[in-house]
Order: sequence, then C-alpha cells, then structure tokens
Amino acid sequence: MVDDILDKDIAKEPIRKGFGRGLLEAGRQNEQVVAACADLTDSTQMNLFAKEFPERFIEIGVAEQNLVTVGSGMAAMGKIPFVSSYAAFSPGRNWEQIRTTICLNDRPVKIVGSHAGISVGPDGATHQMLEDIALMRVLPNMVVVVPGDSVEAEKATLALAADKRPGYLRLAREATPIITTDKTPFEIGKAYVYAKGSDITVVTTGAMTYQALVAAEKLFKDGIDLEVIHCPTVKPLDATTILASVQKTGKVITVEEAQINGGLGGAVAELLSEEHPARLKRIGVRDRFGESGSPDELLEYFGLTAKHIMLTAHELMDKS
Amino acid sequence: MAKKLTIEQLEKKANDIRMDIIKMLEHAKSGHSAGPLGLADIFTALYFDVLKHDPNNPAWEQRDIFLLSNGHCVPVQYTTMAHAGYFDKKELMTLRRFGSRLQGHPERTKLPGLENTSGPLGSGLSQAAGIALAMRMNKDHHRWVYCVLGDGEQNEGNIWEAAMLASKYKLNNIIAITDRNNIQIDGPTETVMPLEDFKAKWEAFGWYVIEIDGNNIEAVIDACAMGRAVVEKPIMIIAHTIPGKGVDFMEYDFRWHGMPPNAEQAKEALHDLRTLKGKIRGEHE
Repeated sequence: MVDDILDKDIAKEPIRKGFGRGLLEAGRQNEQVVAACADLTDSTQMNLFAKEFPERFIEIGVAEQNLVTVGSGMAAMGKIPFVSSYAAFSPGRNWEQIRTTICLNDRPVKIVGSHAGISVGPDGATHQMLEDIALMRVLPNMVVVVPGDSVEAEKATLALAADKRPGYLRLAREATPIITTDKTPFEIGKAYVYAKGSDITVVTTGAMTYQALVAAEKLFKDGIDLEVIHCPTVKPLDATTILASVQKTGKVITVEEAQINGGLGGAVAELLSEEHPARLKRIGVRDRFGESGSPDELLEYFGLTAKHIMLTAHELMDKS
Repeated sequence: MAKKLTIEQLEKKANDIRMDIIKMLEHAKSGHSAGPLGLADIFTALYFDVLKHDPNNPAWEQRDIFLLSNGHCVPVQYTTMAHAGYFDKKELMTLRRFGSRLQGHPERTKLPGLENTSGPLGSGLSQAAGIALAMRMNKDHHRWVYCVLGDGEQNEGNIWEAAMLASKYKLNNIIAITDRNNIQIDGPTETVMPLEDFKAKWEAFGWYVIEIDGNNIEAVIDACAMGRAVVEKPIMIIAHTIPGKGVDFMEYDFRWHGMPPNAEQAKEALHDLRTLKGKIRGEHE
C-alpha cells in the first residue's frame, strides 16, 4: 500500500494502462494467450500486445457479438483469448453469446470491458456502463474482477490468464490514484482489509476503494473507525473476509461505480441476509442512467466520493 | 479410420439414421423433426466420409472440428454419432430426459465428441472463425472446421459479422454448409424474412459458394472435397434439402419444424422410410 493516501500529489494512472502491460506480459509468458478487439485497440490498451504479437492479435471491427464468439472458438483450440471493447458494448451487447458460447460452453475467454462507470464523463449515458457487474455476476462459471488501480489491473490480468474459468475484467477510463504497490497481494477470489477498523465495514471495489480509504482517514479524526475491505473479485465473493469483519462491526457500507442493484451492493446484501443480517447502506448509482459531464462533476453528483461515504457513515452511526 | 463406405452403403446408412431419428423423437415426445430428417444425408456424408475424426478418441489432436450452429437439429447429430460409434445407440432413447448426456440442445461439456454448445441461433460461424484462426496460429494446415448452419438462423446479424471476418482473414479452412430447407418456425423463410438472393449475398461477402442438392450424399462429399481445394476464400456450401426428407407427410411442411411424431405418425414415418430405402439419391436431379 502507498504510505499517504491523503497526499494531494498521489500518482495517478488510468486502470486500463495496467491491463495493457499485464496483457503484454501474459503474452510473453504464455504463447497461447491471444487477443481480439472490436475497433478500440488503442483505447482499451491492447495496442502493446498487438504490436509485439501481431500474429496473435485479431481485429474484429465493430462487432461485439462476433468478438466474444470468435473468442470462444479460439479457446476451443487451447488459446486463452482476451477480448476487449468498451463495457457498454461488451458485455453490454453480447450477453447471450457470452452466456451460451463461453459460460455454458465453459471456455476460458476473458472479456475486458473498458471505460466502465460514469467517470467516462462527457460521452454520456450511452457509454457509461453501470450494469455490467450485475450482468456478468449472474452467469454460472464466470469470474468477475474489478481492479482498484493500474498496478492491481496488471496483476489481475496475469491472474486471469492463468485461471481456467471464463472471466470478466472491468476497467475504468480515467486516471485513478495508485494505491497499491508491486508487493500488495492479489489473488482471484480474495478480498483484502486495506484499513483496519471497528465501527463500520466498508466493502468497495474498483476505483472507489481509494475514496473509501480517504474517508476512513478523515473519519478517524471524527472518532469513527472504518474497516475498509477492498473487494476486487466481485465473483466469487470472499464471504469469509467480509463476514469476519461484519461480525465485528455489525454495520456495512458498500461502494461501487455501478448500479447498486445486482452489483457489489447486491452481492453483499445477498450474503448478509443469508449469513449475518446487519445494517447495510449501498453507495452506487441508484437505478438511473448517467449523463454528460466531467468525471469529477459526475462522481460528485451521483454521490460517489469520500465525502458521501463519510456522510453515510455518520448516518449509520447516528441511527445505531 | 474405418474403410470408407460406398455411396449405396452411405445411402442405406442415412436411411437407418432417419429411422432412428423418428424412433428417438417419438420416444422423447418433444424435439424437432423436419430439420434433422432433411440433414441426414449431410451428416452421413460428414461423419462417414468427409470428417477426419476418431469416435474412439474424440479429443484426437489432428481431428477436423465439426460445429452445429443450429442446435435444434441435434437429433441428427446424436443419431449419426451413435451410428459412427461415439456411444451406444440405446442411449438415443434418453434424448431430452433428466440426467441424459443427450440434452435437448447440444452441450459440449455433457457429451464427448460435441465441439460446441448451441441452440440460441447465429453464433456457430463465429466460433468456426475463431477455431480457423487458432488453427492458422497453430500452423495446423491439414485440419478444417466444418459448420452446419440453418437458413432461418441467418436472420441473425452475428452470422454476417462472422462472414465479414472470415473473408477478411481469408479463412479457407472453414467449410460452412447451409441447410437451405426454406422453412423456419413461423413459415417459409421467404415469407418470414427473405434470404434471397442467398448465393449472391454470400458471394458479395467474399465467400466461395457451391450450390448442391443436399440430399445427394455424393454431391455433399464432392462439394466438401472441392471446398478443401479452394484457396483465399472461406467456403459456403448451400445445400438445398427437403425438410422432413423421407417421410411423405412431413416433407416441405414447416409445421414439422419443432414437433415430434406421435406413436401412430412414427409408425407411418418408419413405413415410409423402409419403402424408400435406397431411393434417396438424385430424387430432385
């Protein structure tokens, strides 16, 4: 972990950059790793791989249904395909193909959805994919990974390349604070306690973990002690780590840059209501679409900042 | 592989396969009749002549890959596979039953020898393209991927995405076969959503198109052989077939697309097939 989460000059990098480096490294480590893209090679950061391994890169054109089914075919021949587009289009447009030819067919295709979340900004609601976590999470056999920064994205990419299951890797567009280091552990299926605390368990995924850590740091001064659990794998959910924390705190906040319905918030709500009922507040987009604006304006408007996590924490403490 | 059968022997085999399709569907009490009967000659040609495969070793590394894109026609694939020795014919009577490896639509992970999972239409050709691309990367220059498609399923946009990609990469290791039987669930293909000028469409997409009588086993074998000689283009064989082929009261009738015969109908169908034995080839020449 980085030393000072409140450092105003904390290094930032788009999460997808880590994916680009990870894919290149995965390609160097294993010649069965191949890649395909739907006309967004540069912006999904597949260009590094495409440049070094042109014979293992397939340009599909603007055809997302084809993207994932071609991936399924390549996987049938022993390849480990990474297939990328914007999350709004893949898995936005091609869900049935993913369901039938990848999940039910049990082929280890890795679907990479870039530019997810409202922080895509000016492009507006059509491109701000908020439903992808829910869409992918309900599919049997599918692994869902949402890295918190570019360093973790690199590790997640390598881990997915070594994993035998179908996978979904959700990436954000914007420059995101780098909160982990090369030494921070990452394993598919594991959640990590990034800040220890005793009052409220905050379960976060993706870039929201940074916001939660900032909130925890600031709230500590107000006498509220948050335990921040970074949960990069939304499926399979690390129930052990989450439940151990909730048994201690009894109060939970989930935070994600996605619809609260069916996303991480949904997953945690399902877990808690069966295993350990507890007070729960879900922070995310509340059953509506996004709109154009700058990423910061939108995160503020939709309540996806450290400030909103702090307000929610106060609310939970006051009511208990 | 076993010694190749003569055309006459293959025709008898196709007829036996049709009879087992009828028995199997009658027993299952659900499933599709018309497509599988129309496809029996194509499947017989593929599994008993065209494909490099080994029923005793379905994962044989040098095998050709066969994909069924329109999964609802799987009764003909199960029956042909059983006749080819992939599993005991008795198992055909478990079609669509709880616990059976013979799912209502084909599931690769259930039955060795199936190469894909299909049912939702329009995605077989893309998978064939992925397989063909991977074969190229692996320098497997003596393997082909064969893909049977329905005609109705070509209403799906995904098919034409695959058509463009295969043409772009000149995937001449794909031999696709369209079962052009002119029916789909709601009626004749040209009423539901016209496909014609079908040949011109595939040619315009950059494919090498061969048109044949799909109920003529020799024509199927010859077209596949010709397809394997084509360079620079993927191959589309438009195989004109008669839906319900061999059973008089089913032929040409779109209502038999998704229906199985009852006991009485099955009896009549089997009688039709018995008397037709050996008369399949060249009927509409």
